[in-house]
Amino acid sequence: MCDQTFLVNVFGSCDKCFKQRALRTVFKKSQQLSYCSVCAEIMATDGLHENETLASLKSEAESLKGKLEEERAKLHDVELHQVAERVEALGQFVMKTRRTLKGHGNKVLCMDWCKDKRRIVSSSQDGKVIVWDSFTTNKEHAVTMPCTWVMACAYAPSGCAIACGGLDNKCSVYPLTFDKNENMAAKKKSVAMHTNYLSACSFTNSDMQILTASGDGTCALWDVESGQLLQSFHGHGADVLCLDLAPSETGNTFVSGGCDKKAMVWDMRSGQCVQAFETHESDINSVRYYPSGDAFASGSDDATCRLYDLRADREVAIYSKESIIFGASSVDFSLSGRLLFAGYNDYTINVWDVLKGSRVSILFGHENRVSTLRVSPDGTAFCSGSWDHTLRVWA
Amino acid sequence: MSATNNTAQARKLVEQLRIEAGIERIKVSKASSELMSYCEQHARSDPLLVGVPASENPFKDKKPCVIL
Repeated sequence: MCDQTFLVNVFGSCDKCFKQRALRTVFKKSQQLSYCSVCAEIMATDGLHENETLASLKSEAESLKGKLEEERAKLHDVELHQVAERVEALGQFVMKTRRTLKGHGNKVLCMDWCKDKRRIVSSSQDGKVIVWDSFTTNKEHAVTMPCTWVMACAYAPSGCAIACGGLDNKCSVYPLTFDKNENMAAKKKSVAMHTNYLSACSFTNSDMQILTASGDGTCALWDVESGQLLQSFHGHGADVLCLDLAPSETGNTFVSGGCDKKAMVWDMRSGQCVQAFETHESDINSVRYYPSGDAFASGSDDATCRLYDLRADREVAIYSKESIIFGASSVDFSLSGRLLFAGYNDYTINVWDVLKGSRVSILFGHENRVSTLRVSPDGTAFCSGSWDHTLRVWA
Repeated sequence: MSATNNTAQARKLVEQLRIEAGIERIKVSKASSELMSYCEQHARSDPLLVGVPASENPFKDKKPCVIL
């Protein structure tokens, strides 16, 4: 649900006519302005020709949607798995739980790897955020958030800080300190403010900016130091549940998925949605870029994972089986992009051959839903977090 | 007021669709073969795909040391 029901009467100077009036927020070319009701109405009808009524706009929208489908269909000359027939099939995979991280008192909701390939940050329903050394399974840091359901957490690229948030509607950054006398919570910095829960967060290429996704239907880019909103991304028709940044070589875009069944690709600088995909039949819980940045995978409550190619601008593969009826909560690629690991609500992890579309392995071990899954930065292992309160590292 | 809101929303939708309809696309066959070649190029350096010996993977158990 789009939380746009707040109506606060702010009085002030209109950005257009400068008269002292009751103001409302309008977006002009992604810039946020405050207009009085008269100027807002003028802006809405600005440039509208006499014939451009609501009805004609709606029919133009329909015909554009039809044209989009036509253009996409024209290029649909073959299926990915057909092209992949000439690729060698994968052999048997033996992947086992190599480490079990125990310590959370309730459901693990999110986790992230540190760039050092060994530390992991995880967050839980009980409000705790823990930093682990995955080699030794030792807990290195722990902080208790002032809210429960910490649905998002992320490690800073430098390894010196973590970000987390959830039902508090905020994203907070905690610098990691090894000084036993220092209380981690004391140095907490509130960076993002949404009007609904925080569902996902990620640092960009540096410790200085954070990208967030929220139940209020928007994504936003923030400056960590000042807490300033740098850009906001509007377009989802419901809660945004996940996001992933494009690999640094491919530039300033990110993909988000939401309860409106849409996956949207955004230009970070302009705030514009550049591509949108709506083929899932239910909420999209997780999105992850293919390592080359030319495609991304999504996992959904409709029990399927799908691959969308950005340059062909369409879905090119569906990873599903009749026997899989529970939603996929999280997906990630192996380093080469050949394998897709997906965690499901039926407690299992399925490993898919991305090119051929077939399942190569099914991993058992968790005793409740798998809620989060990430491959380590060097690809030697992947970690899964579950509602069974544990995290497992598989290799 | 709600009429202009609907019109404004419809206008935004039409503008958004115009942008999306206008992007350049390539054929699925070409896109697929590029995804495949990326996989093939990087397959050898993908530890989870090809497997790495226990001595190189910090998570795999090494053989226990024997103190002589």
